[in-house]
Amino acid sequence: MVSFLKAFLVGGLLCVIGQILIDKTKLTSGRILVIYVCLGCILGGFGIYQPLKDFAGAGATVPLTGFGYRLADGVMKEVDSSGVLGIFTGGMKAAAGGVTAAVVFAFLVALVANPKEK
Amino acid sequence: MDTSKRAKQEYDQMVKKASPNSPIFTNCLKAFFSGGLICGFGQLLLDYFSKTNSQEDAALLVSVTLIAISAILTGFGLYEKLGKHCGAGTIIPITGFANSVVSPAIEFKKEGLIFGTGAKMFILAGPVIVYGTFTSMIVGLIYYFVGR
Repeated sequence: MVSFLKAFLVGGLLCVIGQILIDKTKLTSGRILVIYVCLGCILGGFGIYQPLKDFAGAGATVPLTGFGYRLADGVMKEVDSSGVLGIFTGGMKAAAGGVTAAVVFAFLVALVANPKEK
Repeated sequence: MDTSKRAKQEYDQMVKKASPNSPIFTNCLKAFFSGGLICGFGQLLLDYFSKTNSQEDAALLVSVTLIAISAILTGFGLYEKLGKHCGAGTIIPITGFANSVVSPAIEFKKEGLIFGTGAKMFILAGPVIVYGTFTSMIVGLIYYFVGR
């Protein structure tokens, strides 16, 4: 229950920041997603996101900053284990699960569902 | 001319004062609760998956599950309905990322499965992956030379 509340609080706050960006800056949602991923990646690189993840669990990993953190975490681990090549493989390796899931489910759903008539 | 301008300014200020719940406040409240609930649900899944998996695998399983749920909801046109009310609350979580892939995949089906669905599903996810990958490479470079 405590872990649920922490995730709720931190995840909710990350969404509020996004909402403020949308309302105040007129950034489109696509740009905000890009900003969130890059921000998560940079914070992950500096080792700032890890403590947030330890505190909030899914509250930090479910928002898109968590995806960015996953990229940073993956690339650093891969550099540790395979050196220079890790710079090229680490990020994509870490992203593989999420991207593959999104692509496969998107394709399957698109095969079945039809666009709404407007 | 001058007076009418001033009158308009005064009127604008009056309107600002008179509307107690500015849209941005309610928007933020909605985003907080909807986004918080999605993350809270993710946490329940995480606790469940953590019983039988390593921490990292559990986190990935949570992402895949949320993506699948979001894809199905998008297929039924339900995620868009949620999005109208929740704003960033449904954009920022990974479910929003999934929605940004599934939604154009369905929308552009009429342009064919290859160049419609196949190509257009990356219309929003593409930039996310491009800039994410690029940033991760820079992080990797810096880590390689400085961080270790």
